[in-house]
Amino acid sequence: MATAVLEARGISKGFPGVLALDDVSFRLDAGQVHALVGENGAGKSTLIKVLTGVYRPDRGTLLLRDEPVTFDNPLAAQRAGISTIYQEVNLVPQMSLAHNLLLGREPCSRLGVIDTTQLYAEAERVMTRYGIRTDVRRPLCSLGMGTQQMVALARAVSIEARVVIMDEPTSALEPREVDTLFGVIADLRSEGISVIYVSHRLDELYRICDRVTVLRDGRVAHDGPLGELARVELVALMLGRDPAEIRRDGATRFTGEHTTTAGEPLVEARSVSRRPVLRDVSVQVRPGEVVGLGGLLGAGRSETAKAIAGALQVDAGTVTVAGQQVRRGSPAAAIRAGVSLVPEDRKAEGIVPTLSVRDNIALAALPQLSRSGVVSDARIDRIVDSFMRRLRIKAASPYQKVSELSGGNQQKVLLARSLATGAKVLLLDEPTRGIDVGAKAEVQALIDELAAEGLGVLLISSDLEELVEGADRVVVLRDGAVAGELSGDQVTEEAIMATIAATGETDG
Amino acid sequence: MTTTTTTAADADPGTDARCGPGMSRRERIGHLLQHHGALMVLAVTVVVGALVFDSFATPQNAANIVVSSSFLAIVAIGMTFVIISGGVDLSVGSSFVLAGVLAAYGSRYGLLVALLLPLSVCGAIGLVQGLIVARTGMAPFIVTLAGLLGMRGLMLAVSDEGANTYLVQNDAFSALGQASFLGLTVPVWITLGLALLGGVLLQRTGFGQNVYAIGGSEEAAVLMGVPVTRVKVLVYLISGLLAGLAGALNAARLSSGVTILGAGMELDVIAAVVIGGTLLTGGSGGLIGTMAGVLLLGVIQSLINQIGVLTSSFQQVVSGAFLALVVVAQRILHRAQRLS
Repeated sequence: MATAVLEARGISKGFPGVLALDDVSFRLDAGQVHALVGENGAGKSTLIKVLTGVYRPDRGTLLLRDEPVTFDNPLAAQRAGISTIYQEVNLVPQMSLAHNLLLGREPCSRLGVIDTTQLYAEAERVMTRYGIRTDVRRPLCSLGMGTQQMVALARAVSIEARVVIMDEPTSALEPREVDTLFGVIADLRSEGISVIYVSHRLDELYRICDRVTVLRDGRVAHDGPLGELARVELVALMLGRDPAEIRRDGATRFTGEHTTTAGEPLVEARSVSRRPVLRDVSVQVRPGEVVGLGGLLGAGRSETAKAIAGALQVDAGTVTVAGQQVRRGSPAAAIRAGVSLVPEDRKAEGIVPTLSVRDNIALAALPQLSRSGVVSDARIDRIVDSFMRRLRIKAASPYQKVSELSGGNQQKVLLARSLATGAKVLLLDEPTRGIDVGAKAEVQALIDELAAEGLGVLLISSDLEELVEGADRVVVLRDGAVAGELSGDQVTEEAIMATIAATGETDG
Repeated sequence: MTTTTTTAADADPGTDARCGPGMSRRERIGHLLQHHGALMVLAVTVVVGALVFDSFATPQNAANIVVSSSFLAIVAIGMTFVIISGGVDLSVGSSFVLAGVLAAYGSRYGLLVALLLPLSVCGAIGLVQGLIVARTGMAPFIVTLAGLLGMRGLMLAVSDEGANTYLVQNDAFSALGQASFLGLTVPVWITLGLALLGGVLLQRTGFGQNVYAIGGSEEAAVLMGVPVTRVKVLVYLISGLLAGLAGALNAARLSSGVTILGAGMELDVIAAVVIGGTLLTGGSGGLIGTMAGVLLLGVIQSLINQIGVLTSSFQQVVSGAFLALVVVAQRILHRAQRLS
């Protein structure tokens, strides 16, 4: 057995309210490409931050070549030979490519003055190795994402790294750039450099990774050679489902099938594309129907919802509501047409925490509630009061600050806001994430009720059980494209996982 | 890496249009305008001024502009460092005045004290401001606003509420502000020297690159291993020292520690730096632009004096309008560069 280059033993790390890592052990061997996977909140980012000195673990030890180490800051980890390429390129956009690449290691003359000729020559030499031939004096922000990613990679490797951590390095890359990246990774491996590779793209994992560690809810769910693990098993591990387990009903509050009025779809997205996150995605929702969007993190679920809601600029494709085409890229037009998005990140994109429950509900509906720009208080009160009762929002008064409510009630406030605009279609992105079990059931029951009243619902959920029991049809996305559609009796956890795990070649 | 990657080398870089060698013409023009726009406008203004007013393009007037701009220029050098690092230093005006009073007061104990007293006080205050900004992460605006108020109070205390004007009582020190060499006063030569030194420091040293990196993206700078705290502290120290030096030289020129001249100077300094093409958001800019910005303000003032009908207060209207124009132009250039 090769020696471990980097090892984490029994690492725990907590934040107020959550235990992000719970007794996690992780061992990276020399010259291995080690996949680190898990869904949102599984603890991947926290583990990476512990390994790179951004966080200090509460418990547990880090070993570098069998020697215990502690990293006080990212610089200390870098000096120890651990380099990281973050998901968002972390370079300075206004500075030139060369200066970014060699910041801190600029070639200097004896007086300590940077030798720019040599700086540019050196940068050019390094970038050529990565298949990038461009003017290295150009500011980084004027270069394509793929080039920027390569600069980050080149920088990470060139500081004599023994371990390179890549956090979703391909999320912004074109296929050709991915090939180049994989070529570089193969070279690293042959030089004995280890790579921790974080990604949700199964094809990529199986292409280059030797070993896999699956994290779930802050714990190690699986660790072993990747080749021995079938795709569907990996998906099951990531989503926290045992494929062999026979599922019993009753954990969610969904009642099952809805009587779907056949006929015209309420909302239809046709061949929506946005490179590189969405490719040719088509989804339709009929009145009274709950359509689930399944897939792994990063498969394009949120992007699809955002594209329908006009909150994501698309390259191609159309969205029609009740047969009428909606203007592209305009959230206001989508809202007018009756489409309302309840985003995944409640705190950042949903509620306005400093405002009251009443103001949060009325916010998006203000244009409809006002006459020549003057808002009618009485009308707001009527609407707010009716929705608070209908959605059973538990607040001391309509004037309570929304930030003081529980997660479940915040979610209901967001639903109320959507409904107050007269929405006919609700796009719900992870509506029950991060709220407690009781509130979860209430929100689920509410979704059912709304669909029964004739609304169309697009439900995004990483919770397979929720998807299976809540949705009448499930559209499964993989790597930004539709991988399959399941309806009726086909909608089972096993079928969803099998669709996710199917190899990429079948979908063209 | 010891081996060459065959895959990487085989990849065809030509298919990505943006990876072609060199910049496009549009990009180059944008780049030029951003970095040397102030210099170009300065040149145009000087030529137009020379054509319209006979008394404008005289050696005497030129020397006047340069001499009176030199103090602002020294402070602006420090401010350029601060603004590129993503901060701002509002305390320089107070620092300038306090230094003048301290220098005049210290001049009775000799040249050395006249220089060291203001430099050490202003340097120390700059250092403290830098430490607070870098260590606590408080907004530079607030920290240096406190510095502004504190130093104004200190100056009033030293000068008995402004009632007491210290006169410079040291010929060697006076010479620093008044003596001429090759037709230009000593402060002008000091300005030139500092601008040159500052330019090298900013463009051609690791420290300078770190300043750009922090201003461009502090988060990225941290992750790239830049010693952010140290660089920030140094930047405010430099700004404090230069404001102190400028104040001392001004006292030497006027032969007294004037308590009113220079209050509010920080805004002129910031205006000059921004007109010079340095982005207030940090990460971009340079000293050539700053020098051009300072001179442009001086030239505008001189031109308005030439017109005669207008009072000199009109200069501020023009400078203000100019600043607004520059900021709008920068915004447009910035967007064009991003899109290209």
